[in-house]
Amino acid sequence: MSDTGRTRADWPLYEVFVRGKRGLNHVHVGSLHAADDRMALTHARDLYTRRNEGVSIWVVRSAHITASTRDEKDPFFAPSADKVYRHPTFYDIPDDVPHI
Amino acid sequence: MAVNGESGRERMTTHRKPDAADHAEPELQRHFDATIARDQRVEPRDWMPDGYRRTLIRQIAQHAHSEIIGMQPEGEWITRAPSLRRKAILFAKVQDEAGHGLYLYSAAETLGADRADLTERLIEGRQKYSSIFNYPTPTFADVGVIGWFVDGAAICNQVPLCRSSYGPYARAMVRVCKEESFHQRQGYELLSTMMRGTGAQRAMVQDAVDRWWWPSLMMFGPPDGDSPNSAASMAWKIKRHSNDELRQRFVDMTVPQAEKLGVTLPDPELRWNEERGRHDFGTPDWAELTRVIRGEGPCNAQRMERRRRAHEDGAWVREAATAHAAKRRARADEGAAA
Repeated sequence: MSDTGRTRADWPLYEVFVRGKRGLNHVHVGSLHAADDRMALTHARDLYTRRNEGVSIWVVRSAHITASTRDEKDPFFAPSADKVYRHPTFYDIPDDVPHI
Repeated sequence: MAVNGESGRERMTTHRKPDAADHAEPELQRHFDATIARDQRVEPRDWMPDGYRRTLIRQIAQHAHSEIIGMQPEGEWITRAPSLRRKAILFAKVQDEAGHGLYLYSAAETLGADRADLTERLIEGRQKYSSIFNYPTPTFADVGVIGWFVDGAAICNQVPLCRSSYGPYARAMVRVCKEESFHQRQGYELLSTMMRGTGAQRAMVQDAVDRWWWPSLMMFGPPDGDSPNSAASMAWKIKRHSNDELRQRFVDMTVPQAEKLGVTLPDPELRWNEERGRHDFGTPDWAELTRVIRGEGPCNAQRMERRRRAHEDGAWVREAATAHAAKRRARADEGAAA
C-alpha cells in the first residue's frame, strides 16, 4: 500500500489556469497531480470544467513558477506605493473642462 | 496557489523551521491578526500560527475525505437506478463528489500537506470523515433523501465557509456550493416523483426520511458546549457560525420543504416557536454520534474496506501511467537528439 502511495506521490503537482470565455484572462483555479503534461490537461478538464467553465486551459508544473516573497517580510511592492503622480486623481483639472 | 518558498522552488512544509526573519514572530503574529481582523484572506505563502495551519489541514482533510467516502452510499445505486435519466444524474453527482474531494485536497496541499500522505491517513483510519456516510442506503429513496438532507446540511455548513479566512479553502467552497445546489434539487425532485407514485413508494420515502433525519442533524457536530475546537476556529474566522446555529438553520430550512413534500419529520418535539421565530426541536442521540465516530456505525468497516480496495486496485493504473509518461519522455528526448 505504501508502494502505491509513493507512486502517486511521485506525480508532480500542476497549477491549473482556466479561461472562462473568450475575452477574459486565464485565471488560477487550483492544482492537481499528473504523470505528465498531457494527463494534467485532461485531468484539469475533468476536474475544473465539468460545466462549461472554460474554453482554454493552461497547466504548469508548480515547481516552474517563480513567486514573490511574502508581503510582511519583503518590501517588494514598496516602490509602487509612493508614486501618487501615476494616478489620474493626482492632477487638479478645473471642473468646467469637459471630457477629461 | 500551491507554490511555496522563495523563488517557488521549495515546498512549504507543515512544520516550517523558524528562519531568520521569524525572529520577528510577534510582529508577524500582529500582521496575521490584523489581516483576520480586517476580514481579509490569509493566503498560502503568508506567515500563520502553527495552530491555524494545523487546524485548517485537519478540517480540510476531513472535509476532503468526507467527499471521497461520500461517493459510496449513493454510488451503490448507479447500476440499479430505475431509468437512464436517473442513472445519468447519479453518475454526474457522484463524479462531483470526487471533484469536491480533489478541490479540497488541492487546498490542503497549499498548507504543506502531502496528498498521498492524506490518502494514507484516511485508509489507515488516522483521519476521520463525516459520520453521516456510515449509514446504509437500502432503497432508492435513500438517494433522494441524501440529496435533500445530507447535501442540504452540507450547503448550510459550506455557504458560510465561502467566507472562511483561508483563501484557497474559501475559493474551493465557492466551487463546491455552486455544484451542491444541483445535488439538493435532484434529490428533492426524485422524492417528489416518488411521492406522486404508489403507496409503496410513498412509504419508502417516509422510511428513508425516518432513518436519515437524526443522523443529518448530527452532521453539524456536537452541541456548542461540547465542541472543543470551535472557539479557536471561530476566532480565526475559519468557521463563521456555531454548530448549534447551523443545525437550527437546517431545521428551519427543511421543515417547510417536508410539508410541501408530504412527509413527516420523525421528531415529536418539532414545532414552530412564535417567540423565537424559529423551530424548537428534539435532541439528537449524541451517544450514537460518538459511537459512529468511534467506528461502530453500521457501515464504517465496509466504507474503509472499499476505499482501501479502490486504492490498491488502482495501483496498476497509476504505475502504468507513470511508465507511459516515462516512455513518452524518452521518445521525445530521442526525437530531439536525432
